[in-house]
Amino acid sequence: MSYKKRLDGRKFDELRSIEAKVGVVKNATGSAYFKIGNTMAYAAVYGPRDLFPRFLKDPKRGLLRCNYNMMPFSGMGERVRPGPSRRSKEISMVTEGALLPVVNLENFPNSVVDVYIELPQTDAGSRCAGICAASMALADAGIAMKDLVGAVSVGLVDGQIVLDLNYDEEAYDKGDVADIPMAYIPNMDKFSLLQMDGKVKPEDLIKALELAKKGALEILKVQRNALKHRFEVVKNE
Amino acid sequence: MEKSELKVNEKDIVVPGEVLAQGMSYLPSEGTYRKGEDILASRLGLVRIDGKVVKIIPLSGKYLPKKMDVIIGRVTDINFSGWNVETNSAYPAMLSMKDATDDFIRRGADLTRYFDVGDYIVTKIYNVTSQNLIDLTMKGPGLRKIDGGRIVFVSPTKVPRIIGKQGSMVSMIKKATNCNIIVGQNGIVWIKGTNPEDEIDTVDTITKIEQESHMSGLTEAIKKFLESKGRTVVVEEQMQGGNDEL
Amino acid sequence: MNNEKQNHIINYLKKDLRFDGRKREDYRKIEVETGIFKTAEGSARVKIGDTEVLAGVKFEVGKPYPDTPEEGTLMVNSELIPMSSPKFESGPPSPESIELSRVVDRGIRESKAIDYKKMCIRPGELVYSLVVDIVPVNAAGNLFDAAALAVWLAIKDAKFPKLEGDKLKYKEPTKQKLPILTEPVSITVYKIANYYLVDPTPDEEEVMDARLTVALTEDGTICALQKGGEEPLSKAEIESMIGLASKKAKELRKYLR
Repeated sequence: MSYKKRLDGRKFDELRSIEAKVGVVKNATGSAYFKIGNTMAYAAVYGPRDLFPRFLKDPKRGLLRCNYNMMPFSGMGERVRPGPSRRSKEISMVTEGALLPVVNLENFPNSVVDVYIELPQTDAGSRCAGICAASMALADAGIAMKDLVGAVSVGLVDGQIVLDLNYDEEAYDKGDVADIPMAYIPNMDKFSLLQMDGKVKPEDLIKALELAKKGALEILKVQRNALKHRFEVVKNE
Repeated sequence: MEKSELKVNEKDIVVPGEVLAQGMSYLPSEGTYRKGEDILASRLGLVRIDGKVVKIIPLSGKYLPKKMDVIIGRVTDINFSGWNVETNSAYPAMLSMKDATDDFIRRGADLTRYFDVGDYIVTKIYNVTSQNLIDLTMKGPGLRKIDGGRIVFVSPTKVPRIIGKQGSMVSMIKKATNCNIIVGQNGIVWIKGTNPEDEIDTVDTITKIEQESHMSGLTEAIKKFLESKGRTVVVEEQMQGGNDEL
Repeated sequence: MNNEKQNHIINYLKKDLRFDGRKREDYRKIEVETGIFKTAEGSARVKIGDTEVLAGVKFEVGKPYPDTPEEGTLMVNSELIPMSSPKFESGPPSPESIELSRVVDRGIRESKAIDYKKMCIRPGELVYSLVVDIVPVNAAGNLFDAAALAVWLAIKDAKFPKLEGDKLKYKEPTKQKLPILTEPVSITVYKIANYYLVDPTPDEEEVMDARLTVALTEDGTICALQKGGEEPLSKAEIESMIGLASKKAKELRKYLR
């Protein structure tokens, strides 16, 4: 284990700095912006609204449909070609999975709630930032939810468990790296997103998840404050 | 746990997942749910405590069609049996010939004589199925096609504040700006004045209510706002009726 | 109702008023910001009222066009993402999106605003190409002017990345900016009945008869035009619209700093 000091000087259990704002897309039913370190995510919710194509309609509940997209200038290297990729489609799908356990659309059968997640700038952790923004945007849209969802990645860099990896850590080449994006639902005490690439021992994974929970709870505090702040700002004017 | 305890105060802004009360002597109502012995918020909104009942007044969200609601809708299509109407919700509505008029309509008659595509109508929901299929009627006082004026969209959750107690807010604005105003429960508002200036002041006032709807002292704030626009305001407590058009 | 809406808008215009209280020749509040994204070599945000547009510049290197072997290239693209309006859908670019990109592109290209000769690495073999993407965050009218302003500000903000063995080192920006010769500004004038207005809301865009986008260089020369809308325009009408565009272009220049 030789990763003794993080590349950006953070403590091993320290998140990057966070900014969160609600109501950033006026046309949408609900919207939010979430920034963690150099990763920025917008999320806009439209609906519940009429669903096309019709065969997707569920007469028992509304459908949650997420769409994750990187803006063409949001990547660290070359321009990202516009349009869906295999990667963005998979992330859209796991994002839906991360949010579904808290969302209740039983009052809106046959309808759809569209969640558009757009990233103008990324530096690792973009799917988690997207989920954080989407969770706030859903609440802002007045969707019935059991809880908010907090998402962040944890991982191992050369044997050291760290919270919220940035791009340089993901790309660390002097030792093994494992990156574990996850989403956490506090009042169920459950994880609704869990992915990993890299290598990790089972006992380290459990330790990492414990750290992830701690990180998610800090994020959730910021999300809650941002949602309340939207209405308190007006109060003080 | 024996002791029941409130964790929030009346009119607090809460977010989904927040614990509102602990213990079984409190009862969960709209916008809340019970988990174990706790009552949690399931909507973003304001806390309302009514004795032992805890509920949330939502601050945002789309319109969910409700029986007997008077709404403003837009005719989107005409078919054999009547009109399709867009309701600013996830669900389109149907207005059948028999609910549209007492006139006898001959088979194959030109239905645009009554309502044409693009027309806005003040209409009432007389039935909603479990799948939210909506039936409308034009039979009732004030239900009619809209003529002239402007349409403004507001958040449906703000409609009660725009109308005010027994219509007090909307009548105050009407008198101050000399405009005719109809507020649909679905968040569509129709405004008609005799000149643009009156209509613009009305729209600005409604926007202001929408932004500040969760604050106390709203009537006073709106009165001041109208006065700042050079309008004379008469606040009448307990006006009878809602929209006096209806 | 569309007719009814149009008539109502015209009633306002008669009194030099708009639905939001503005006069015919007023823009909504404009806010600009540059250098907002680290992953783009140049970036800008433009807000005009409730409309908000982002623009980002990425550099690439590649072969020049055969007819201009010593010149770098420019490409403008727009993504009318469904996040920004319920009217936009996912999928391949709509004609609307392509028109927006091409109109913004022409304003910059035809004004000869950038010295493309200075973007040549090896004549006939390797040149810099500039790709500028337009992405609205919220589309609430007048995307043309907002996008044109955002794209130009992003270009002005852009710094070349380091070139090493024919490859760009995106993480190593230099201090070198693009060689700029003149600064184009683009104004779109709308015609509803006999009235001319700028910076339309979606309601006004919906009922307009015609629009004319006019790109102008610093000395007032017209460098690109695009007419849209169903109604044809007379010579006198075109003259009036260009007159208004020229006047507003001077005002908008202050946002270029």
